[in-house]
Amino acid sequence: MSERDQDLLLPDGKILRHGNRERVVHWIIAIAFVLLFLSGLAMFSPFFFWLSALFGGGQFMRFVHPVCGVVLVLLFYPYAFRLRADNRWTAADSHWVRNMFRYMRKEAHFSDTGKYNAGQKLMYWSMVPIIGVLLLTGIVMWQPWFAPRFPPFLRRAAGLLHAVTAFVMFVGIGVHWYAAFWTKGSIRAMVRGTVTQAWARFHHPGWFRSITGKNP
Amino acid sequence: MALETQDIRARSATTTSVAPDARSFQPEVSKLIDLSKCIGCKACQAACMEWNNLRDTIGTFQGAYTNPPDLDDQSWTVMKFNETEVDGRFALLIFKDGCLHCADPGCLRACPSPGAVVQYQNGIVDFQQDHCIGCGYCISGCPFNIPRLRKEDSRVYKCTLCSDRVAVGLEPACIKSCPTHALSFGSRAELIEEAQGRITDLQERGFSQAAVYNPPGVGGTHVFFVLPHGDRPEAYGLPKDPRIGPLLALWRSTAARAVGVLTMFSVLVAGILHYMRHGPLEVPEEGEGSAGPGAQEAKP
Repeated sequence: MSERDQDLLLPDGKILRHGNRERVVHWIIAIAFVLLFLSGLAMFSPFFFWLSALFGGGQFMRFVHPVCGVVLVLLFYPYAFRLRADNRWTAADSHWVRNMFRYMRKEAHFSDTGKYNAGQKLMYWSMVPIIGVLLLTGIVMWQPWFAPRFPPFLRRAAGLLHAVTAFVMFVGIGVHWYAAFWTKGSIRAMVRGTVTQAWARFHHPGWFRSITGKNP
Repeated sequence: MALETQDIRARSATTTSVAPDARSFQPEVSKLIDLSKCIGCKACQAACMEWNNLRDTIGTFQGAYTNPPDLDDQSWTVMKFNETEVDGRFALLIFKDGCLHCADPGCLRACPSPGAVVQYQNGIVDFQQDHCIGCGYCISGCPFNIPRLRKEDSRVYKCTLCSDRVAVGLEPACIKSCPTHALSFGSRAELIEEAQGRITDLQERGFSQAAVYNPPGVGGTHVFFVLPHGDRPEAYGLPKDPRIGPLLALWRSTAARAVGVLTMFSVLVAGILHYMRHGPLEVPEEGEGSAGPGAQEAKP
């Protein structure tokens, strides 16, 4: 928690959860991910090859996929670096994970989460290595510039690893989307930046306390 | 190159149907390369460039008679001159490099673009460059390192076994130009028999290790070799035991891809069912306290 936490309490009583720069970066990453997802799916399974039409054909799709990947990586890691302190793992997070399914059934709620709960931290800590693996394997496969430098065996291994890792990422982001949709108020937080005090108190009591100085 | 007059046995990235199959009785063709008869004149290389209208750039001397130094998008066959030792003596092993037209082609398996790689009923494996997206998966999938990506148009090229000539009853250009009958073309069954006869001849002449190179790891090939030193295919530049391999098989496996796609769908279905069963997670109305609706608080 930074000493400027109090500045996040806005004059109209709302709390600023995601600043302007953070939201812009988040949504550019989201668009890059959607483009990567659609083009990657087209190259992953012939069942989805028709998605290449969205990119003006297979040739341009093949060109634009790694470009989107580089955009995503260049934006993601500095963004993730800034969020690292809020995603530090605590004993309370382990407790959250053990009761994860009760939380999903709304049978349990947690009174001590900071800015992010353990589910969000798991998403954060899974994306950090996954995106790195996708970058490295993607470079090994990237025609025509980098792939010729690697032996065919390595390119096949990279292709397989890229597909498996991308699959894990697709499933992870699917969960991320659903969690955002399920938890009312969080899409608004990432679109307009602000949340109500009641929202902060209910979902992230520790974070609410550090901003307002009030006990949740 | 596009060629609808020949019938298609297999088509890349096509899981549902293979079209058209009406003339599936067509005999399989093959090219036999008898390296014991090859004199390295490069007539086949010149004929290939001439028929396919290719213009390779003029390179530089690389220390061997091989020219150009390797296959590329403008050279679909290249004579390789391997300077090596056999039985302690110098040997110049001449080899004609180019696509082997596998029965189970790694390039076709690897290709993600429907119809960019096809295998005709007669066994020829051909690239349809108008469908090629330039991803280079075929290059990774080939056990023989044959396809070449042309940077200028991001499409992959290789020997077509002159599928355009074969379709109208002609033999490939390289066959027509060979002055020593090192190259022959015809029905696969007959040529396999012919190759066995040549092995017998070679063995009588003292090449005790002479063998046919028709590797079973890729289901056999439609271009196969008579190797005077059949125990050492690597000396010619051929892999000893080429195969598709588990990495490629798993990466491009239809079953694995289906499992992946179904799992992604099931996340969507799980989301819909969860929302129907439990509804959204909302902040409770003021006055109900900070706990969730009907929830008991979980303490750490």
